[in-house]
Amino acid sequence: MIHKMRVSAMINGESSEFLCAPHQSLLECLRDVLGLTGSKEGCNDGNCGACSVLLDGRLVNACLVLGVEIEGREVTTVEGLADWRGLHPLQQAFIEQDALQCGYCTPGMLIAAKALLDRDPDPSEERIRAWLAGNLCRCTGYDKIVRAVQSAAASMSEDREEARS
Amino acid sequence: MTNPKGDEYAVIGTRPPRVDAADKATGRARFGPDTDLPRLLHGKILRSPHAHARILSIDTSRAEAFPGVHAVVTAKDLPAAQDLAAALGEADIDLKYRCDNTLASDKVLYVGHAIAAVAACDPHTAEQAAQLIDVEYEVLPAVMDVLDAAREDAPLIHENMRTWSLAGTSEAPSNVANHFQSVKGDPETGFAEADLVVEREIRTATVHHSYIEPHATTATWGPDGTLTVHPTTQGAFGIRDQLASLLRYPLSKIRVVPTEVGGAFGGKSTSYLDAVAALLSRKTGRPVKMVMTRAETFLATGPTSGTVIRVKIGAKKDGRITAAQAALYYEAGAFPGAPLWGGMGVVLAAYDIPHGQIDGYDVVVNKPKAETYRAPGGTPPVFAVEQVIDELAEQTGTDPLEFRLLNRAQEGTQRVNGGVHTSVSSYEVLKAVQAHAHYSAPLEGPHRGRGIAFGHWGNYGGSSSCTLDVNSDGTVSLVTGSVDITGTRTSLAMQAAETLELTLDRVRPTVGDTDSVGYTEGSYGSRTTMATGVAVVTAAKDAIAQMCERAAMLWNVPAEAVSYRKGTFTAGGDGSPQLTFAELAAQLPRTGGAVTGVGNVHVDEWGGSFGAHIVDVAVDPETGKVTILRYTAVQDAGRAIHPSLVEGQMQGGAVQGIGWALYEGYRCYCLSSDWSEQKAA
Repeated sequence: MIHKMRVSAMINGESSEFLCAPHQSLLECLRDVLGLTGSKEGCNDGNCGACSVLLDGRLVNACLVLGVEIEGREVTTVEGLADWRGLHPLQQAFIEQDALQCGYCTPGMLIAAKALLDRDPDPSEERIRAWLAGNLCRCTGYDKIVRAVQSAAASMSEDREEARS
Repeated sequence: MTNPKGDEYAVIGTRPPRVDAADKATGRARFGPDTDLPRLLHGKILRSPHAHARILSIDTSRAEAFPGVHAVVTAKDLPAAQDLAAALGEADIDLKYRCDNTLASDKVLYVGHAIAAVAACDPHTAEQAAQLIDVEYEVLPAVMDVLDAAREDAPLIHENMRTWSLAGTSEAPSNVANHFQSVKGDPETGFAEADLVVEREIRTATVHHSYIEPHATTATWGPDGTLTVHPTTQGAFGIRDQLASLLRYPLSKIRVVPTEVGGAFGGKSTSYLDAVAALLSRKTGRPVKMVMTRAETFLATGPTSGTVIRVKIGAKKDGRITAAQAALYYEAGAFPGAPLWGGMGVVLAAYDIPHGQIDGYDVVVNKPKAETYRAPGGTPPVFAVEQVIDELAEQTGTDPLEFRLLNRAQEGTQRVNGGVHTSVSSYEVLKAVQAHAHYSAPLEGPHRGRGIAFGHWGNYGGSSSCTLDVNSDGTVSLVTGSVDITGTRTSLAMQAAETLELTLDRVRPTVGDTDSVGYTEGSYGSRTTMATGVAVVTAAKDAIAQMCERAAMLWNVPAEAVSYRKGTFTAGGDGSPQLTFAELAAQLPRTGGAVTGVGNVHVDEWGGSFGAHIVDVAVDPETGKVTILRYTAVQDAGRAIHPSLVEGQMQGGAVQGIGWALYEGYRCYCLSSDWSEQKAA
């Protein structure tokens, strides 16, 4: 049997410790070891973006990162988007704009969109489309997703205005 | 819009948030690969590297001895396959095909064809062990091209298969499983009347639905002999039926609990993994989960038929069509059953064809078995017909839209395939195209063009069931048998709320499993919102009728005296007693117990639909690259229960169509020698 390694990391704001085999991807660790099944496996080779997570704030495909690589680092998955105050504005916008059909790409789409808005709070439609190019959706044709990201950006900027005034 | 009582619709036509959206936006929704159970094992399949080969022997001993492996199964473990082997010639051939597509017995017929499966402690171990199964093959020439496969001298994929046609069954074996034919009038006369005839042959690629979620299932064979399965599927009852026949097991002992579905588009009705997982679970006494990889999904689950379509249409100088003929050659994949019914149903159906003929050929090739995909079989021939229609319009000097308006099918038009158009929106759809700003917008710049396409689809009804339980606080719990992929829980709850004259938040819809609700066909054929909607409306009316009886009991009046309007039960005129829905709901225990509205329906009537798209493209003359500049879809959607969901279907459908037309295809590599190449060499 393969010797498992102990990994400590901050996952969705909680310090976590788990055992994983050296060949296990971060996606497997999240899903099969930690029970965080929100991140999805679509292609398992970095094409579809269904497993998008933030690693120290950077957008990565969890299927292309090894579990052992996250030692001491911070991971945010879709399960970490909502907090006690409620849903993240992106989640709210996806729901209100019907920006999902089957919902399988949605967790990755949300994480990727968050990574974008963290960097660029007011992205153009072109920027949103280009940024989300690594996240495949087979159902929606993307239009409603793009609109949802735009509307989340607008509502987040309103919130910031309010906080300032 | 008004309902049959003359009131404005209160819920239908609005855009409430989907009931499943919060779960799906927070990662809580459980899809096929998300199932976890105590003592879970993981199954993996050994697949054929050859497109066509005879299996000489299978030796599973090395895999069985591998540490961490709990069980190995092959076709020999499949009960139906054993029965068929014992039946000697009396075999049910369709069942044999289904068995062989689950686990190959004598031959492998495509790269990726399942041969054996392993259950192990984790997926990696199962995958490694599967590679230790030793299979001896006699490699045979493979036929990948539909026209080559149809030739008399082509290598046979099924040695005993003969062509079925209206004339009977062919004497010689053939890769052409079926030749269907429809004739209307006298095509020869029709073409003789034509001033010009355009004939074209068009090929369309084999494409896959490419849902992002791979196929997945988890099966638990209990010690009491009950089998519980959690598949990602379009229809729980369909999976139960397939399991019952593959496993030779009673329906009552199989419970199918569908998960959320990460996209299907027609490709998740066939059971690929469930029987295998069930057999592994029976052998190990533990739950077994099987999840395909993306590669396995492409290799071994249904693409839709690649086709060759020959279309010939004749017209008068004034643009009126006199005759049309279409020949449809469809790849069935490794087993017969290409969706020709869909293709033949729509191929010339948007037009009034005085004389016509359609021939459909169902041809087996060494590719995975073709599956239904978004208007099954309909897209390729409509694509081909629309090319020819455009050429005819050009040659007769008619505007392409006017040409279609002139020849469109109308109410009462008999289609070449025999059906008669009833409710027809061809005029409204084409006029909507004409009136749309896109159609008359200027299109400037070099190498740019605008095209339209027009088509008909028949839709479907079928069997659906639901129950509607009235809770003591006046809310209702709606359980339907329809798997929800696109928001149908919401569109069904909206119909319940509308009928019950309650607000939508009072109705909680869920998808039932096969033990909790009556038989319901899968979520395919654009049927769910309509047919299951009929079941829901039936159940809601049933619940109201029962509650009227309860009110009558309380008020000591005849049930007919009680009426229900806008959330309130009343007996007669002013001053008579009244109870709101919630007040009466609270009284149910002391008037006879729970009220459950039941809707068990088989919908026999449904309307066909028309659609037309406008597209502007720019073509790079050097590379041939096509860029889409603008795209407008016009669809007769009937009454849109939830317009956002309908828009989503139209947008998503258009994007998949663009993919099919411009980008997508299969490259079926095969380690076997390709007969077409051999022949050419």
